[in-house]
Amino acid sequence: MLMENKIMGIGLRIAQIMIDELKLEDVTAETFNPDIDLVDEVGIDSMDLATVALVIRDEYGIRIDEDDYPKLITIRLIAEYIGGKLDEKSELIDD
Amino acid sequence: MKTVSSLLDDEWYKRYKKISKLNIRSSIYDVTNRCNLRCKGCFFFSSNEHKAANEEVDIKKWESFVEKEKERGVNLAILIGGEPTLCLDRVEVFDKQLSTFCATNGLIKIPRDRFPKMGIGISLWGSGEDEKVLRGKNTFPISSKNYEGDPYTYYLYTITPRQIGKTEHVIRKIEAAGLKVHMQLLSNDEGVDGFFWTIEELKDIREEMDDMLDRYPGTVISSKYYHEVITTGKMLGRPFGWGECPSVTAPLDKREPRPKHLTNFVRWASDLQTMHRCCTSETRNCSTCKDGAAHMSWIMVNKRAHMQSTGDLQNWIEVYEMFAKLYQFIPW
Repeated sequence: MLMENKIMGIGLRIAQIMIDELKLEDVTAETFNPDIDLVDEVGIDSMDLATVALVIRDEYGIRIDEDDYPKLITIRLIAEYIGGKLDEKSELIDD
Repeated sequence: MKTVSSLLDDEWYKRYKKISKLNIRSSIYDVTNRCNLRCKGCFFFSSNEHKAANEEVDIKKWESFVEKEKERGVNLAILIGGEPTLCLDRVEVFDKQLSTFCATNGLIKIPRDRFPKMGIGISLWGSGEDEKVLRGKNTFPISSKNYEGDPYTYYLYTITPRQIGKTEHVIRKIEAAGLKVHMQLLSNDEGVDGFFWTIEELKDIREEMDDMLDRYPGTVISSKYYHEVITTGKMLGRPFGWGECPSVTAPLDKREPRPKHLTNFVRWASDLQTMHRCCTSETRNCSTCKDGAAHMSWIMVNKRAHMQSTGDLQNWIEVYEMFAKLYQFIPW
């Protein structure tokens, strides 16, 4: 449950970053469907993802590998990806 | 939020789904610096690109180069030159490893037993008269005989201002040869008298191109939106030019802000090391560039900008389909 909340929180933030950076209209972070196909349905391309990835890097200290872009096609998948990377990071610090 | 499915009906959505995952990653390669023609207005020679690098002659190096291009994510090799058919062994290296398109003047026949399904585009610069003025000879009788009825070949018809009112004659000849045709406009890089476009002429040729598409839909591979963009030099009110061009070689692209562009695009010289600035020539005035592929790509990389209305998105789909047909990602 905690995990799900964490991913949801990251997802909301990713949605807001997308809305701000890509100037998406008529949508809020809360109404942004986390499972909508960003590429096929919203028209987001790899350049847009790179823009979002830069903000994510600054906020979370996580670098999204360009080779991973093709699989990051929904807000939920991006949030899970970041969540996983954050966990890896904290495990490294614990060790 | 506007989404693709909210903008399209079922029929258009099905068309969209056929192209939405193609993920075309093209790059352009000078196969050789030599040509068996010297056309006035050919950017390769007019800008001295044929002297930019010495040709790599070791075929093993071409093989390892293409291997690396595949690893770089390229899935469409567009071969230009010079005249690629002068070096079919190099063309073959690409064709064996990658989806390949070869631009040629059509004077040398590419043997289909060696290149069974390779996409071929034959350059044509108008009627016989224009061909003689600009290219020194009328290539059509030879090229049409070489490629008659070939299912993977089309003519890339570069229309000049002198062709206004005459394009139908050319298109009918192409149709009679059992081939397809795609149209673009001459950029007149070498300033040949009588071959500059005026605004009025561009309006006239746009109408004529639209008319040809309506009347020869089985022969002409095109879209009216592409005609609009290439003749006006504008897309969604934005003028084409250096600040907008999508086909600038990625490692050389220092533009700020960087516009939407083709992913990892490179135009390689024939030494396989030198990179040219863009898909045409460095000396060309970008604001008057009429390169068809550059304009098509410009539209294609700006998908989200075309999601303001159903009509805009349908225009985008038609252009993407046109590109995918021309490079054999979907059938004609």
